[in-house]
Amino acid sequence: MRLEKCWFCSSTVYPGHGIQFVRNDAKIFRFCRSKCHKNFKMKRNPRKVKWTKAFRRLHGKDMTQDSTFEFERKRNRPERYDRNVTMETLKAIKKIDKIRVAREARHHKMRMKGKKGIEQKAAERELEQGISLVKAPLALREESSLTLSKIKVKVSQPQAEYQMEE
Amino acid sequence: MVQYNFKKITVVPPGKEFVDIILSRTQRQTPTVVHKGYAISRLRQFYMRKVRFTQQNLHEKLSTIIDEFPRLADIHPFYGELLHILYNKDHYKLALGQVNTARNIIGRIAKEYVRALKYGDSLYRCKCLKVAAIGRMCTVIRRIGPSLAYLEQIRQHMARLPSIDPNTRTILICGYPNVGKSSFINKITRADVDVQPYAFTTKSLFVGHTDYKYLRYQVIDTPGILDRPFEDRNIIEMCSITALSYLRAAVLFFLDISGSCGYSITQQAALFHSIKALFMNKPLIIVCNKIDLQPLDSLSEEDMKLVMEMKSEAMKTVVAQGGEPNDEGVLLSMSTLTDDGVIAVKNSACERILNQRVVVKMKSKKINDCLNRFHVAIPKPRDNKERPPCIPQAVLDARAKESPKMEKRKLERDIEDENGGAGVYSASLKKHYILANDDWKDDVLPEILDGHNVYDFVDPDILQRLEELEREEGLRLEAESHEVEFEMDGTELTPEERKVLAEIRQRKSSLIQEHRIKKSTAESRPTVPRKFDKDRKFTTSRMGRHLSGLGLDPSAAVDRARSRSLSRRGRKRERSLAADGEEAMDIDDEHKSKKLRTRSRSRSRLPVEVVPGEGFKDSAQKVSAIKIKRKSEKSRNKAARRGEADRVIPSLKPKHLFSGKRSSGKTQRR
Repeated sequence: MRLEKCWFCSSTVYPGHGIQFVRNDAKIFRFCRSKCHKNFKMKRNPRKVKWTKAFRRLHGKDMTQDSTFEFERKRNRPERYDRNVTMETLKAIKKIDKIRVAREARHHKMRMKGKKGIEQKAAERELEQGISLVKAPLALREESSLTLSKIKVKVSQPQAEYQMEE
Repeated sequence: MVQYNFKKITVVPPGKEFVDIILSRTQRQTPTVVHKGYAISRLRQFYMRKVRFTQQNLHEKLSTIIDEFPRLADIHPFYGELLHILYNKDHYKLALGQVNTARNIIGRIAKEYVRALKYGDSLYRCKCLKVAAIGRMCTVIRRIGPSLAYLEQIRQHMARLPSIDPNTRTILICGYPNVGKSSFINKITRADVDVQPYAFTTKSLFVGHTDYKYLRYQVIDTPGILDRPFEDRNIIEMCSITALSYLRAAVLFFLDISGSCGYSITQQAALFHSIKALFMNKPLIIVCNKIDLQPLDSLSEEDMKLVMEMKSEAMKTVVAQGGEPNDEGVLLSMSTLTDDGVIAVKNSACERILNQRVVVKMKSKKINDCLNRFHVAIPKPRDNKERPPCIPQAVLDARAKESPKMEKRKLERDIEDENGGAGVYSASLKKHYILANDDWKDDVLPEILDGHNVYDFVDPDILQRLEELEREEGLRLEAESHEVEFEMDGTELTPEERKVLAEIRQRKSSLIQEHRIKKSTAESRPTVPRKFDKDRKFTTSRMGRHLSGLGLDPSAAVDRARSRSLSRRGRKRERSLAADGEEAMDIDDEHKSKKLRTRSRSRSRLPVEVVPGEGFKDSAQKVSAIKIKRKSEKSRNKAARRGEADRVIPSLKPKHLFSGKRSSGKTQRR
């Protein structure tokens, strides 16, 4: 009994699930559910379908190269059973999993690093441009309490903020 | 020469059918179309062909009958005699003779008429000649109809005769009726002969086959023979007599010791002596049957004497054949009911006949041919050295070792049987595993853990690699903890700013939504002028609220809007006032009443003069009716909804226009 990977989305196919398709050139395609199977039949490229692992890896959304992946390798030659080795393996699997998860989280954090700055800038811009939808320019001009502190404040830093002309 | 198999004779059709067959064949296989305008030679040809064709067919068919039926002189005398007994030889010959003459007559008829046709001068005359010829031929056939029927019966019976090979090893069983002959043959062969308590159950010869020393023997069961003078015998008995006379076989004479067949031993002995002439040159065995009812030893004196007499007769035949006077092979006892001695009888009979045949063969001239074929070659010894067969020492040792301890290895199967069989015991496949430590043989290994295949991770140096990995990870964690979060954003939004931003976003999204609704309902939404807004979107209070939301003071705008409304200004007045160049707002109050009056007046003046009638009492009633009507229509019109006079298409896509085939014309457009 083996857990296989779905050819389309790369999720694990547990026993009793999914469909296996054998092509005439003897290549086997395994699918975890009919969604993947139907996409395959439509001849969609998994590298272009957003929710698949192939896409995510290709576009750098998920971690690609890592030493934790080296541990899991399909061996074609069976090893002689050794109880000690097996026990160690079972414990090792858990630890490796933990490390891998931690690394993936780190990868995600690195990816999201500059997001705050970008969001901040976008918010500022939207504020500037859209202020006219909620506050009349007349009101802004007349009453300073309604204006935003940012616009009025003169920044002394060299990288000056955009100063709104009155 | 026809062999012993009569099953291959073709069916003889009855007279009428015969005629039908021939005539239909003539009609099908000769040309059928002829006109009187043809050349005379052609017409003659046509009809001659038909006559000749019919004659040829008849000749052919009758010849096959004559040829296929066996000629009694040509077949084995046994069969000849048998056929004579069953169907009288003379009658048989007569029937065949009739068929032969018919054939000749038909030939002559055909010849005659063909000759006559050569001089036929018209279509009609030729046709008449042909009709006459064929008619005469068919009459001949009809006349021999009874013979054909007789031959057909004979053929059917002959096909059912047992296929006895007169030349092979045969055993013949004979005796009084009901002595147990058919039971015996049922026992030693696969023949399924009827066994019944009444006499003459077996009415004809039956053949069975049995094996002895890798050779096939025929066993022939005969109907019972009664002790009667030869002339009085009926057909059934004659069958067995014929068989006895003509077949060179071992004879088993059955004797019923118990007398339960209904005939005493005396009678049976008498029969024996009357037909012993037929046993000449044949190996004879006296078989005493039914010893379960009456054992041989407890016979009475006279009976014993009779039996001994028979035995001595049988002995004579043995001596005549050149065998030793062996007591055993001549008188045997058995019981078909208890199977006691049946095989012994069979074996001795087979043995006897085999020996006899061998003796005969040895005496014949053909034996020399056979003997010449056997030759055992022995090389001539060239010197006196002994050359025994050579067996390697290892083999001899192995043989010596093997024989004393020939213990069988205990198989898994035996273990399984011991422990309760296939369903109860299941063999442990792990018994023969070769592992570093034998305690591990029964371990259950998990194949899947947390969504991984355990086998993919199994590695002898997994510990080492894990250690490296953890070290790496530790290093990385340290490095990370030294890093500082440089995400400090100095320019954070204040809560007010955030609120404003949220409002902006909300406003934007609501605009988009409204636009989307408008877009999608554009077709079904009526464009109503602003004065008829039923949702009351364009009211001054709303405007005021909106403006104050934006941060402006609405009061001025609201006042202005109100003063400029139509209800204050009035329509007509505006024009004249504008001409004076004065602002409308100043004279607002002055003209208020006037405006009201003009309004009311203009409203009350109906465009059409009301004529009393149409069921109304007077014009005042009519006026009030009109007013009520107007009032009810007002709200609907303001809402710009579809009224009674508006065009309505009840079904936009009627099925009969958008589907179906047209009875005439194309369906290119709908």
